[in-house]
Amino acid sequence: MKKFEKEDGIVMPLDRANVDTDYIIPKQFLKSIKRTGFGKNLFDEARYLDKGLPDAECTGRPLNTDFVLNQPRYQGASILLARENFGCGSSREHAPWALDDYGFRCVIAPSFADIFFNNCVKNGILLIVLEEKTVETMFEETFAEEGYRLAVDIASQTITKPNGEQIAFTIEDSRKNVLLNGLDDISLTLDSKTDILGFEGRWQQESPWLFPQRNS
Amino acid sequence: MSGKTLYDKLWDSHLVKNQDDGTSLMYIDLHFLHEVTSPQAFEGLRLAGRKPWRADANMATPDHNVPTTKDERSQGVEGIVDPVSKIQVKSLDSNCEEFGIHEFHIDDPRHGIVHVIGPEQGRTLPGMTIVCGDSHTSTHGALGALAHGIGTSEVEHVLATQCLVQKKAKNMLVKVNGQLNPGVTAKDIVLAIIGKIGTAGGTGYTIEFGGEAIQSLSVEGRMTVCNMAIEAGARAGVVAVDEKTIDYVQGRPFAPSGELWDKAAVVWRNLVSDDDAQFDAVEEMDAAEIVPQVSWGTSPEMVAPVTGHVPDPADTGNDSKRNNYLQALKYMGLEPGTPIQEIKLDRVFIGSCTNSRIEDLRAAAAVVKGRKVAENIKEALVVPGSGLVKAQAEKEGLDRIFTEAGLQWREPGCSMCLAMNADQLGEGEHCASTSNRNFEGRQGFGGRTHLVSPAMAAAAAVHGHFVDVRDIKIL
Ligand code: SF4
Repeated sequence: MKKFEKEDGIVMPLDRANVDTDYIIPKQFLKSIKRTGFGKNLFDEARYLDKGLPDAECTGRPLNTDFVLNQPRYQGASILLARENFGCGSSREHAPWALDDYGFRCVIAPSFADIFFNNCVKNGILLIVLEEKTVETMFEETFAEEGYRLAVDIASQTITKPNGEQIAFTIEDSRKNVLLNGLDDISLTLDSKTDILGFEGRWQQESPWLFPQRNS
Repeated sequence: MSGKTLYDKLWDSHLVKNQDDGTSLMYIDLHFLHEVTSPQAFEGLRLAGRKPWRADANMATPDHNVPTTKDERSQGVEGIVDPVSKIQVKSLDSNCEEFGIHEFHIDDPRHGIVHVIGPEQGRTLPGMTIVCGDSHTSTHGALGALAHGIGTSEVEHVLATQCLVQKKAKNMLVKVNGQLNPGVTAKDIVLAIIGKIGTAGGTGYTIEFGGEAIQSLSVEGRMTVCNMAIEAGARAGVVAVDEKTIDYVQGRPFAPSGELWDKAAVVWRNLVSDDDAQFDAVEEMDAAEIVPQVSWGTSPEMVAPVTGHVPDPADTGNDSKRNNYLQALKYMGLEPGTPIQEIKLDRVFIGSCTNSRIEDLRAAAAVVKGRKVAENIKEALVVPGSGLVKAQAEKEGLDRIFTEAGLQWREPGCSMCLAMNADQLGEGEHCASTSNRNFEGRQGFGGRTHLVSPAMAAAAAVHGHFVDVRDIKIL
């Protein structure tokens, strides 16, 4: 799995609360059976003026120049600054796939939706929860200063601002470990095969009705 | 020590082990699959040379992408006109075949929306842990199961290991006291709850819905409530098992029978929170105060009573919320202060895993019976949740009530709930919808969704704008 160690990049502010997964990647792009290629349709409905079609080229589509992603100063951004409850709505992993494919490695917000959070960890994207006040200040600084960047380091759990100021963030050990080492969590779980088999045997004894007849 | 909540009991009984890093390995009893979030997971299995841990713990069906017209459906998979959708449905078929997973195919009479057919077939059982690559998996909590949505990587993880790595959520009790007034339904309860606690109100919690009003709901109504737990930010919603739950399950195709049934029923009756269980948060509401709800904005928390008005952003307390309201009103093309009943509609959608079961269709049919769809409504769709719901409705003559009134009677699927097939709103069109999400573009590019109950959607179809269903005489 993809690792996350450090990221030093331009910050793009998305000044909107409750950004849902339909907004991140509209459903027509979910018809793909691949994991890649979603970046060009990230925030499709806000980003382009016409309706996006799956499997279609995006070069030449009319851009919504008001949308942050299209503003020259945020080109190449790899850190997304967002508002509360980012990633709410559906469980589609296409949302982190699109963020990742576009080039976002890290999202900072006061809160994230639950399933989205897990989905990001599985894709090597670091989500950082900071207090609303701290996020607000970052928004102000990003708006004020063109080329505003942050340096994020997961090992030391710090964000460093352009002026050298450091902000600490918390992350659960389990998630930190997975991100830092790019672990394959299926292999990790399969290391506990004996435990799973043991549980399954006991559980089937205790609740045989939960195990359907084969071929039923 | 205090007692356990229902969620605690479900959690404890499925705990394989607590791991050193603070996570827990949880055993999963049942895994539903559909065509949109599974192809990449199957591909992952193939690439790693893995097999499903327990193929019989899985059940699949295509629902998100399938067309709902008779024409297309009468020809099975081959009838799907959209080539990209066809590939996705075919991939599900071939993946299920390759990995030995039971699938209700598109042309099976028992086919339907995964969250409708799971309980209908008796695959969903009390006391189970259930997951699916779909956030509305919370629906199954209505039967006293611990059920939640997962992403595609987790779909692969469950396929390969029958387990999930999780952290336990906190316990929240939402207690709806007293009795609902006539004309007010499960959908109105859950919209009112989300309106009160907000779309992030349940984040980090499993919500148990309780209280007299919830107990009085049918199991189908409880599914409507649990279905939208995710819209309140909670991954899972649960309702305690009672005799209604047990009656609902009994005799279904995959439910246990004979001696096994008797044993199961004894265990299931214990799937309730203990009297002295402690919740981390409690919300109480009075059912008698709930009025039919209509969402006016682009988030399910933006709801108002049908007797109310579109709110004024200026009245909201903080900047972030004001901005939110302004963005929503702009998208919805609504002015602050507009009475909800004056919102003009273009389309009506009755369907989705929230409201497409037989009880929902009966409620909608009762309202349109003997009436006609208003002239300004371009299209009103009724999409049953499953082939069996459809057959039952036809047996009761509901299909004729709908078609005589001018609504279209379709084949089962997700349809205009997320508009991945041809059933979509046009730009700027307003739709009264019984689905669960009113996000921008959810029902079609530029489409404007108003979430309501089936009876309210039916009343809106007849009048061309929202009306208070409590004022409508059933003919
Ligand atoms: S009906 Fe709508 S919410 Fe339910 S599973 Fe289908 S798309 Fe998702």
